[in-house]
Amino acid sequence: MTHAGYVAAGWGLTIGPVAAYVAWTLVRGRRLARQLPPEERRWTDS
Amino acid sequence: MTLSATTRPPAATGDAGPAPGPPAHTGSSGSRVLGTLTIVGVVALVAFGLVISPADVNQGDAVRLMYIHVPAAIIAYLAFFVTAVGSVMWLVRKSTWWDLVAASSAEIGVLGTGICLVTGMVWGRPTWGAYWIWDARLTTTALLFLLFCGYLAIRRIPADPAVRNQRAAVAGLIAFVDVPIVHFAVSWWRSLHQDATISRLDPTIDGLMLFTLMLGMVVFLLGYLWLMVHRFRIAWMEDRIDDVGLDRALDERRAEGQPQPVAAAETDTVGAL
Repeated sequence: MTHAGYVAAGWGLTIGPVAAYVAWTLVRGRRLARQLPPEERRWTDS
Repeated sequence: MTLSATTRPPAATGDAGPAPGPPAHTGSSGSRVLGTLTIVGVVALVAFGLVISPADVNQGDAVRLMYIHVPAAIIAYLAFFVTAVGSVMWLVRKSTWWDLVAASSAEIGVLGTGICLVTGMVWGRPTWGAYWIWDARLTTTALLFLLFCGYLAIRRIPADPAVRNQRAAVAGLIAFVDVPIVHFAVSWWRSLHQDATISRLDPTIDGLMLFTLMLGMVVFLLGYLWLMVHRFRIAWMEDRIDDVGLDRALDERRAEGQPQPVAAAETDTVGAL
């Protein structure tokens, strides 16, 4: 593969931050959801 | 077997543990389907983008950066468009729901713009010989990134919610003006960046490359929708928690759970000192 370092850097710099943002979103969502009664979380179905 | 919301004693609702009832998270059956599709799509995109699709005759394997760079740019456009729509709807209807949509989408748009800039820089080094040049497309994209960072900063300035939302809506609309400038920059000014390719579905692009690029668009769109659902719910919960009445009610419920004799004894001790 030509330019393997650039390809790896580009994909890594995409997947890494997106994965971190997804993790932050899930963790923050859980933390906030604990502070609210279920009736305020109308999307929760299970 | 755990206690349900209806069987748990009222005093337990004020503790620091999870709220009673269903699991506390931002997921739903719809978002789980969306998330599953996104994960499957990401796996397929990695397979097609890094293995199955062919290398370019001129660029070699550096062309594989296109499959993330272009979708990131398109998703950033979409996210900022949604922010603009939400901003207009706030100004017209004063709807908190639309304000939260605008804020959530702007954050994802900033992430998309950042990915677009970084992958573009990484792609530029082997193809142009430089990570960065002050080209019209690159410069206006960097400006777009900064404008929406400013939008998010404005939202964090302490103010009355209505005032904050008004400021943010105006700032969001002003920032969105840069989106068409970014898009048409390659046509309006002499640019090292290539002209629009996807909008005219350039038939010169290899079929498998085009398929992979379209797959990237779909995967990024699914990812955007999944993030929007969860980010909006976070914004919704933050808004609810910020609500003064709810805070007061929660404090009262917490106070009900406090053991009174201990508190009285502490008061007496402090008074004696």
